[in-house]
Amino acid sequence: MRSHALRRLAMTIPTLLVISAIIFALLEFAPGDPMAQLPSTIPPDVRAEMRAALGLGQPAPVRYGMWLWQMVVVEPGIALGIVADGDTPRILSWQTRGPVMTLIAQRLPQTMIVVGSAYIIGVIAAIGLGILSARRQGSAIDRAGTGLAAMGYALPPFFTAAVLIYVFAIQLEWAPTIYDTTLHVTGWNSFAAQMRQMALPITVLSLQTTAQITRYMRAAMLDTLGQEYILAARAKGLRERTILMVHALRNSMIPVLPVIALGAPQIFAGAIITESIFGVNGVGQLLITSLSAGDLPVVQTVTVLIAVAIVLANLASDLALPWLDPRLRDA
Amino acid sequence: MLRRRVPLFGIALLAGLAAFVLIGPLIWPVAPTQMDLLARNQGATWAHPLGTDQLGRDLMARLMVGGRVSLAVGLVAMLLAVSFGTAIGVAAGMSRRLDGPLMRLTDLFLALPLLPLLLIAAALFRAPLAVRFGPEAGLFALITIAIGGTAWMGTARILRGEVRALMQRDYIRAARTIGTRAPQMIWRHILPAIAAPLGVSAALGMASAILMESALSFLGFGFAPDMPSWGRLLYEGTPHLGAYPGRALWPGALITLAALGATSLGDALRDMADPRRA
Repeated sequence: MRSHALRRLAMTIPTLLVISAIIFALLEFAPGDPMAQLPSTIPPDVRAEMRAALGLGQPAPVRYGMWLWQMVVVEPGIALGIVADGDTPRILSWQTRGPVMTLIAQRLPQTMIVVGSAYIIGVIAAIGLGILSARRQGSAIDRAGTGLAAMGYALPPFFTAAVLIYVFAIQLEWAPTIYDTTLHVTGWNSFAAQMRQMALPITVLSLQTTAQITRYMRAAMLDTLGQEYILAARAKGLRERTILMVHALRNSMIPVLPVIALGAPQIFAGAIITESIFGVNGVGQLLITSLSAGDLPVVQTVTVLIAVAIVLANLASDLALPWLDPRLRDA
Repeated sequence: MLRRRVPLFGIALLAGLAAFVLIGPLIWPVAPTQMDLLARNQGATWAHPLGTDQLGRDLMARLMVGGRVSLAVGLVAMLLAVSFGTAIGVAAGMSRRLDGPLMRLTDLFLALPLLPLLLIAAALFRAPLAVRFGPEAGLFALITIAIGGTAWMGTARILRGEVRALMQRDYIRAARTIGTRAPQMIWRHILPAIAAPLGVSAALGMASAILMESALSFLGFGFAPDMPSWGRLLYEGTPHLGAYPGRALWPGALITLAALGATSLGDALRDMADPRRA
């Protein structure tokens, strides 16, 4: 088992290097000059200086190496306080001329609050719904659960969001249509307002998560409940609750855990769409606005960070499975 | 499920949508680009059953033309993804030497942040492709190739597993013993045996290609306003959700129906291929 974990761990770094190189190459080979929109009256030497100021002076491999150095050594160093800010060049946004990491740090809390809590709610709901519908197969709740799972794959978040905004924000006026990120929670009133504005984006995102995971959870639970050791537990006269929550749940989680772990980084993809509908100024919106403005350092850094999250989630699920499933420990 | 599901529902839904976008414009011959500034922002009237947009263009006609784009992207991107996935899956399943590298490549693609990468590709490469192939063909090629080129991994993984199991079967061994060559082996013995998972992958792939194109267009990085897909119409309609909800809800509903049709077709095909699970 240890060698398996080590092998997966050893694969992580090359994978990340290749992915970051692919992203860099995509941005590099894209035609279009960041200086193209500047007036043509600028003298060539000034233009060259401006290019150098944007970090475009060097050839591509040097710039990739530089970016990698900044990403792996400089930025974590500054974050941990080992490297003094100002000594070494950081990854700078072309738009704000400020460090990209500062921009991301400003945006990350909004994404984590809305999109992160939506994922957690969605996963818990999916596990509960999966258990319930497998327990009472063919019942009303099972049919509702399977119906939701069938719809969930086809329902795009931009459509559910439009319907929910129309019904709950415009017709019933229960929730605002736009997420107000300047709202500070200071008391009960502002807390209630925060809850109201989080309700719709969280519903949209968790509906999708629930629909996708319920399907796996129900199938896994049905499979487990048909096993003989469950029959043995029933014959022993164990309470139904114990059978479901202790004996069946753990085994059913084995095939579901990778789905949950791999879905976690997809919340950033969901964030891109949901944030742009509700106007949450999180990481997804940062990516969209930077891409529209041609601010390539921000686009590159955000995309690579999402890739890092995907690879780490993969690794976490690989490492967690043997803990859940002892049969994998000796393999 | 008490009775086996038949793929009728999915087929009927997809056929209905295809008829709407292909035959619809013959019955409803209003030009989707024709502006009528006196009839801007109208609700449902006899002249415009679904109303008009801010330039007085008929929403029904725009939905019909938009559906052609959306469904064509879904179909072509799915064909690309399934061809790639089949080639890679069959090669990895048949050859032990290719198996390692090809599956490594599949894992690598699975770890890519797809939506951000597709957004980057669609944003940065649209202008040069439009210059070379013309605005419409260039954009169509860019979007279908980008979506199809990043959607083959699921198919490849499933088919590799199927082909590996198949290679142990006696009839494949017999065919190999009498010296059947690889192309004939694939064409005659392997492809027919994996037709069922291939069909499931194709149906589910079409749904995800339609949804991916809609997501790109919805974020403003997909099709242009003069060649609107359903996603683009939804993008244009969303800001007016308060005053003219139909402009966003109709295209959104059609995207959902198309994706629902394709997924339920895929699910029903899977149930037919594996009756134990149904």
